[in-house]
Amino acid sequence: MSVQSSNRAPGAVPGGHAEVTTAANMRRARRVGFATIVIREFSRIMRIWGQTLVPPVITATLYFIIFGNLIGGRIGQMGGYTYLQYIAPGLIMMSVITNSYGNVVSSFFGAKFGRHIEELLVSPLPSWLIVLGYVAGGVLRGLLVGLIVTIIALFFTRLHVEHLLVVIAAVLLTSIVFALGGFVNAVFARNFDQITFVPTFILTPMTYLGGVFYSIQMLPEWAQAVSKANPILYMVSAFRYGFLGQSDVDVGFSFAIMTLSVVVLFAGCVWLMEKGTGTRE
Amino acid sequence: MKALSLRQLCKTYNNGVQALKGIDLDVEEGDFFALLGPNGAGKSTAIGIVSSLVNKSSGTVTVFGHSIDSELEAAKSCLGVVPQEINFNQFEKISTILLNQAGFYGIPRPVARERMEYWLNQLQLWDKRETISRSLSGGMKRRLMIARALIHEPQLLILDEPTAGVDIEVRRSMWEFLRRINEQGTTIILTTHYLEEAESLCRHIAIIDEGRIIENDRMSTVLRKLQTETFVLNLRGPLRRSLSLPGYRMTAPDETTLEVEVNKEQNLNEIFAALSAAGGEVVSMRNKSNRLEELFMRLVEGRDVGSGQPTAPPAAQASA
Ligand SMILES: Nc1ncnc2c1ncn2[C@@H]1O[C@H](COP(=O)(O)OP(=O)(O)OP(=O)(O)O)[C@@H](O)[C@H]1O
Ligand SMILES: [Mg+2]
Repeated sequence: MSVQSSNRAPGAVPGGHAEVTTAANMRRARRVGFATIVIREFSRIMRIWGQTLVPPVITATLYFIIFGNLIGGRIGQMGGYTYLQYIAPGLIMMSVITNSYGNVVSSFFGAKFGRHIEELLVSPLPSWLIVLGYVAGGVLRGLLVGLIVTIIALFFTRLHVEHLLVVIAAVLLTSIVFALGGFVNAVFARNFDQITFVPTFILTPMTYLGGVFYSIQMLPEWAQAVSKANPILYMVSAFRYGFLGQSDVDVGFSFAIMTLSVVVLFAGCVWLMEKGTGTRE
Repeated sequence: MKALSLRQLCKTYNNGVQALKGIDLDVEEGDFFALLGPNGAGKSTAIGIVSSLVNKSSGTVTVFGHSIDSELEAAKSCLGVVPQEINFNQFEKISTILLNQAGFYGIPRPVARERMEYWLNQLQLWDKRETISRSLSGGMKRRLMIARALIHEPQLLILDEPTAGVDIEVRRSMWEFLRRINEQGTTIILTTHYLEEAESLCRHIAIIDEGRIIENDRMSTVLRKLQTETFVLNLRGPLRRSLSLPGYRMTAPDETTLEVEVNKEQNLNEIFAALSAAGGEVVSMRNKSNRLEELFMRLVEGRDVGSGQPTAPPAAQASA
């Protein structure tokens, strides 16, 4: 549809609707729609930066000071690296996980709560694109915070990168997994308690026990076995492998788990949206 | 072409409330259609289903020939909705809300900006475009939602009580606005509890009560079904002689006011003649209630209106 002058007759643009259904126009419309969601999510992150960017920076700095500098010195080497070099990938990953998840859960639940999710529901955007848009927003914040934490880490230690591609793939996949997780949480949540429950009582313990601060080889046999049921272990390990070149678990298997999680969770989110769980009566 | 077509539309909410019990409705392209009914009748539920905010239990919906089951995206592109409750992000600016909504419909930014300027001017909100929406007055919020519903220039505009809580002046200008876009080709469906609004704007009407359509016709046809009207006559002073008007039902709330029921076979001339004979001087006269209102009350109370057939279904009578 061409740009109309503003004095044209309103409502007298019948061609516009039929046009949207042609394949090329549909693709263009979807691109615009997707970009709109992502830009809106990004502006939200920037608008409330005091809630989205500052807290993870403070937390990470404290971790680096306390565990890295104060305590880490007494721990000594871990697999040939200083303790700080060992936990830096874990801490970066932890902030990526928390923020990817947190962004989607609070933004999508906020949209449900404030009812403006209806703006998207009445629009012709397909469910998978809405999911993708929110996930992109979560990934954006996860990576942004991850990058900031990496920069902070560089103030405390030198970061060696063994396999850059592994680092990038691991952080990206992890971020997508948890953005999708946040989406599921937001879909089911009926009040604000339910969007803090999962991060506090499930996500945080799982992250702490997922080898952020230690190698599971330090654990007794049974605890190692239990740890291996924790998917976060595989993500942290793969990411750390990209930096240090050593891992607690098989990296190929890690990527298989992450990819599978992305596929399953994405399909689940789209299905929930199609069904209208939590969004439509 | 039918702008909207509902067939056997049913909705039972999870809590067991049967909000729609098989609704059939057709709205022609270009029509100005009123969907009326008492609180809880199922109007918003029907609109919610058409606009994909509520899942239907059964039945079919087509918007400009596009079924919402098989061609949902096409159906949605034809449709603009102004919901009953505020549903924009109260922390966003008006311009952000409109440009984003345009984006969700795939409209590129430059086009969206032009349209935003056009519609905000039409709705007298252009000066407020940089205002955070939360700080708008109630009437402005309604108009913002109208602008938002029109940003993709839909062929069918559905408004759920757009004039609720809006002052008289704004309401009149909203009417003018809606009339104008209807003349320019947009089909409009509107719900309202102000029946004079429906009477003055709409050409077709459907009345829905307890999830069923109990009346669906041209406005003029529906109004013709009204058998009796009650007129209120104001007199300059008390009557000097007693009034004799056999066959008319009459009450006198006070000395200078008369209420007369007039049915289709009767006429006003007789009343005026009798009043003159009684020495009465009529200074003004009005309908006791809006005609549509009178009809509406009779219908939803399940009383006989027209041909002697009960027009309301048993369910409506049971509740009356
Ligand atoms: N989300 C819901 N869950 C359960 N029941 C609902 C829900 N929304 C509406 N209902 C019920 O469905 C029926 C129809 O409601 P609806 O909102 O469609 O009426 P309405 O005609 O729009 O009324 P009003 O004029 O008051 O806006 C009512 O009995 C209402 O209580
Ligand atoms: Mg309603």
